[in-house]
Amino acid sequence: MRMVSAATELASRASRSKEASAGGYLTIRNVGKTYDADGTCVEALKNCSIDVKAGAFVAIVGPSGCGKSTLLNMIAGFDTVSSGEIYMDGRLVAAPDLPPQPGPDRVVVFQNGALFPWKTVLENVSYGPVRQKVLTRKQAKKRAIDLLRQCGGLDAVAGSYPAQLSSGMQRRVEVVRALINEPKVLLLDEPFRAMDTVSKTTMHQHLLEMYRICRKTIVFITHDLEEAIYLADTVIVMTTRPGTIKHIISVTLQRPRLPKMLFSHDYLELKRQAAESVHAEARKAFDRGEREQA
Amino acid sequence: MPNRRFWMMWFGYLGAAGLWYASVKWLPIASFRRLPDPFTVITEWLSPNPKYGISIFTHPYYLHILHSTYRAIAAFLLATLLGVPLGICMGWSRHFHRYATSLLGLLRPVPPLAWVPLAILIFSGTESAVIFVTFLVAFFATTLNTVAGVTSIEPDYFRASACLGASRKDILFDVIIPGAMPNIFTGLQIAMGAAWFSLAAGEMIAAQYGLGFLIMESYNLIQFPTIVIAMATLGIVGFLSSALIRMLGNRLMRWREQSLGFAG
Repeated sequence: MRMVSAATELASRASRSKEASAGGYLTIRNVGKTYDADGTCVEALKNCSIDVKAGAFVAIVGPSGCGKSTLLNMIAGFDTVSSGEIYMDGRLVAAPDLPPQPGPDRVVVFQNGALFPWKTVLENVSYGPVRQKVLTRKQAKKRAIDLLRQCGGLDAVAGSYPAQLSSGMQRRVEVVRALINEPKVLLLDEPFRAMDTVSKTTMHQHLLEMYRICRKTIVFITHDLEEAIYLADTVIVMTTRPGTIKHIISVTLQRPRLPKMLFSHDYLELKRQAAESVHAEARKAFDRGEREQA
Repeated sequence: MPNRRFWMMWFGYLGAAGLWYASVKWLPIASFRRLPDPFTVITEWLSPNPKYGISIFTHPYYLHILHSTYRAIAAFLLATLLGVPLGICMGWSRHFHRYATSLLGLLRPVPPLAWVPLAILIFSGTESAVIFVTFLVAFFATTLNTVAGVTSIEPDYFRASACLGASRKDILFDVIIPGAMPNIFTGLQIAMGAAWFSLAAGEMIAAQYGLGFLIMESYNLIQFPTIVIAMATLGIVGFLSSALIRMLGNRLMRWREQSLGFAG
């Protein structure tokens, strides 16, 4: 792990213009989150430090309720941090005394999907650039059509409303809606959670293809270890509440990732290593759930 | 070719008319005998020379309808113009919500007719008083449904738009208004129904024209078939106005209509 000192922050600020397009490194430094609901402090996240290199694909794995979505919300700027800092390309984006500030440099793809149902696919995708006033409505639509076409021929459904598409198609459109903003990091919050295995496998190939095209930094939250190893360069295993970082696994599988790799020796070996720690945490979370129920 | 549903609809109407006829003509209850039977009402309604002066061929009939419709529309428009923005403000700002809910919660249970005397005092005339009373019920229905519409919007849509660089104003127009639209239209339909409901009651107490007035007037003059004619007319006009709002809603919310069609 790399410490970001004030000096590097200054340096990066100086070269912001040069880095703006190429950037995308994310530094999470000793971040914690405490919820103070009705007087009882609940520590959701404790002392998390993660470095994500520009263009890297990182997956964060942990049992339900381990605070991984909390972490993502803090990176996205939906939620404040209680301690620690988060930097985007060396620029401070989250600290305890900073108001949360979401923005198009960190775009989220949501667990249950958040395409605006009252806008067509084309209007959804061109929404970001128009609202940020970086493109005119006409330019944005043209760019949206181009991008939709590149991402597996989605331009065919440009005029449809989201509800007319399958959930897999909706999720792909949502990824395109994020990518059109040229975000520095794409934050995916368990986007394939509600899908059946077959659709999920197809979605993985689509996502890998989009990653190959855009090479954005990706932070992918999931509770599915196999998915995490298959997609990511780095898998971060979190402990159950309070969420801390338990394990960082470098995935040595080469790209492009292909479905047959799911049966390769390397993949299975990585899975074996990680499974133990993930399952231990899941077990702990489960036991605690039982106690809370009782 | 009329389908099954069409025949079932007519079967329902005829069944109700039959029941009506039977209870007036054959039930051994003396007070029921005074009521007009369906044939008398229909004959009177369609007669060029009605016995009691009101039928589809007479001028006063349309004058009554016109008065009632005018009041209902005025009250409804006023309720929409004030209720929808108020509801959106309440849904948008937590502070506003706190101020307004307690007041609305206290005012809403007051029956609209209880306002009539005060309204006549305030507006020094029956016309505006009747409109005011009608407006009140429509206003509550519109406002409360709009608030429910705004608060029921999925929080992720707000987050998504914030992520994509929307300003607070953009969020109002891109998320809050379209997101609350289905509930707003439900509210408007309820408001229209409630408007007719309290309008008729208001007209009975304080008006010179209108279908509610006609009902009360016919009662006083022992013109019983006319009562039923006015009642049926109220039903038809109320149904048509709700249908109109529903059509407008479907038009404005194509995204919803299409998704429902796709699911079905």
